[in-house]
Amino acid sequence: MMKMKKIIVILTLISIFVLSLGFGASAEPFRVAFIMPSAINDFAWSQSMYEALLTIQKEMGKENFEFVYSESMFIVSDAAAAIRDYASEGYNLVIAHGSQYGASLTDIAPDFPDTSFAWGSTANVFTDLGITNIFAYEPLSEQGGYVNGVLAAKLSKSNIYGVIGPIETGDAKRYTEGFKAGIKSVKPDAKVNVTWIGSYSDVALASEAAQTHIDAGADVLTGTSQMTVGAIGVAKQRGALWFGYDVDQSALAPQNVVASVDVVWAIALRPMIEMIKKGERGGKIFTLNLANGGLKIIVNDEALVGKTIEDIVKGNIEVKLEK
Amino acid sequence: MEAIIIGIAKSAIRLATPYLYASIGETIGQLSGVLNLGVDGVMLMGAFSAFYTVLKTGNLWLGLLVAIVVGAIFGLLIAFINVTLKAEQGISGIGVYIFGLGLSSLLFSTMVGTVQTVSGFSPLSIPWLSNIPIVGEIFFRQNILVYGAFALIPLAWFILNKTPLGLSIRAVGQHPEAADSLGVSIVRIRYFTVVLGGMLSGIAGASLSIALLNVFQQNLTNGMGFIAVALVYFGAWRPTTVLTGALLFSTVNAIQIWVQVHGINIPSDFTLMLPYIVTIVVLAAMAKRRIYPPAALNKPFERGE
Repeated sequence: MMKMKKIIVILTLISIFVLSLGFGASAEPFRVAFIMPSAINDFAWSQSMYEALLTIQKEMGKENFEFVYSESMFIVSDAAAAIRDYASEGYNLVIAHGSQYGASLTDIAPDFPDTSFAWGSTANVFTDLGITNIFAYEPLSEQGGYVNGVLAAKLSKSNIYGVIGPIETGDAKRYTEGFKAGIKSVKPDAKVNVTWIGSYSDVALASEAAQTHIDAGADVLTGTSQMTVGAIGVAKQRGALWFGYDVDQSALAPQNVVASVDVVWAIALRPMIEMIKKGERGGKIFTLNLANGGLKIIVNDEALVGKTIEDIVKGNIEVKLEK
Repeated sequence: MEAIIIGIAKSAIRLATPYLYASIGETIGQLSGVLNLGVDGVMLMGAFSAFYTVLKTGNLWLGLLVAIVVGAIFGLLIAFINVTLKAEQGISGIGVYIFGLGLSSLLFSTMVGTVQTVSGFSPLSIPWLSNIPIVGEIFFRQNILVYGAFALIPLAWFILNKTPLGLSIRAVGQHPEAADSLGVSIVRIRYFTVVLGGMLSGIAGASLSIALLNVFQQNLTNGMGFIAVALVYFGAWRPTTVLTGALLFSTVNAIQIWVQVHGINIPSDFTLMLPYIVTIVVLAAMAKRRIYPPAALNKPFERGE
């Protein structure tokens, strides 16, 4: 009897957990499966890809384009199982959205020659291994970082800047290098302090890093990945400026987020889908940059001039004309 | 030099706060013989429920109260599984963790949808004390949940060591048979400690979502609950040493951030390892102390007939 109860409790827990994972449903036309390390609402990496898939769905119509997704697949072995499942269910394209998934794809892709796989950020499509059904996508994040850096240098008063990065690799590293170069192009004597959190998801440590940057004199902060929401919270609380990456982050702190580099994954997805429809399965690297619209800078006027407007509206500033 | 010490110490105290609530709750539970590995899941539920309440009502105290109630409900669930059903504590704890992680993510996706910020508890300067040089700035200009975490240490010490209740808790964890024969209800004591632990885990979560970070996102705690359980062992089931452990871990973390911000040329991979290296070294050094866990830890109580 006791055993029975235990089993019931455990089964209930498992079933609730499985239900809470949340899967979308799907049927015919062009079918995409999307595996991500965080969540569709992370205000960063995964959300940007989710938004791109929504855009494509809008363009092609719901009857012609369907997609499903699995969130929180940070553990590579879980992701590999999901990738294999989706491939065996006959999806046209399986997007493994993370540079940690490459090795799994080289295992799985050869078993499903009729399915296309895509991953990034990377420039590796494994044609050297004889694999022909893997696409890669790679944003030139340093370009976006450079633009943010130039603007940051023009706005900073202390000329001290703080970067809160996740792990010193890939997108994050490229963005940080670009940001530094952008600042130095305007103010060669600038001081750019860089911290690496060692995690994409440690919000508490990101927040503390932001506090330490501001204590060290920084008045402009930036960073990449989903843990930066912790740092944006600190920027908001202590009145520092923030430069975003992945998506427009201004909604988190409208007075503080000056500009965000928006990664428009649709620029890579559109031609990828066209190729698949024509029967090509992989082998191409799609680069996202400022020239092809894969990177977009979204400037938030409210943070730039919001205070000035508010002061004029409230009468704190009176604009006088010289006769 | 003064600014460096103040900066690092302030960081360390903020970083230690959620660990203190969760670890003290776990200490009391383990002293009564119940190992709960589900702390992280309960923290997540506390963090989400407090955040959601504040987002909808703007009332911080109500948010804190809801986190405590949600923590208590989870405590009841854990006590029911471990004490009444006598399940294997380690395994069931992992189940509760995964349940809390999944449920908080699901509720967040459906009820909030996207990452948002709230205005949390702001720093509260304590009159007079906050004006003491250095010490005042480090300790007495924090938010109320930080003060609560540090006030909890002497309170827990007092209850565990100086009250009949504390004696009962420790007796139940060391010699449940003896305690039972003296008329102490093992079930009641363990329900009490586990529910209390759940409430404190709820507050630990709330301290993140409505006081320190003022934001919620999936898996906000990022495994802090497991570090909190480790701190209980580190602290040898004593509130004061748990405090030492939490402060040591968070101070080294604060130092590693500081080292990076100030561009001291040490590879970030190494500085990131520091808190863990120091923890392991200290644990190894302390291994000689011969400290034993509560004798009945992880053992369901069966009354001999």
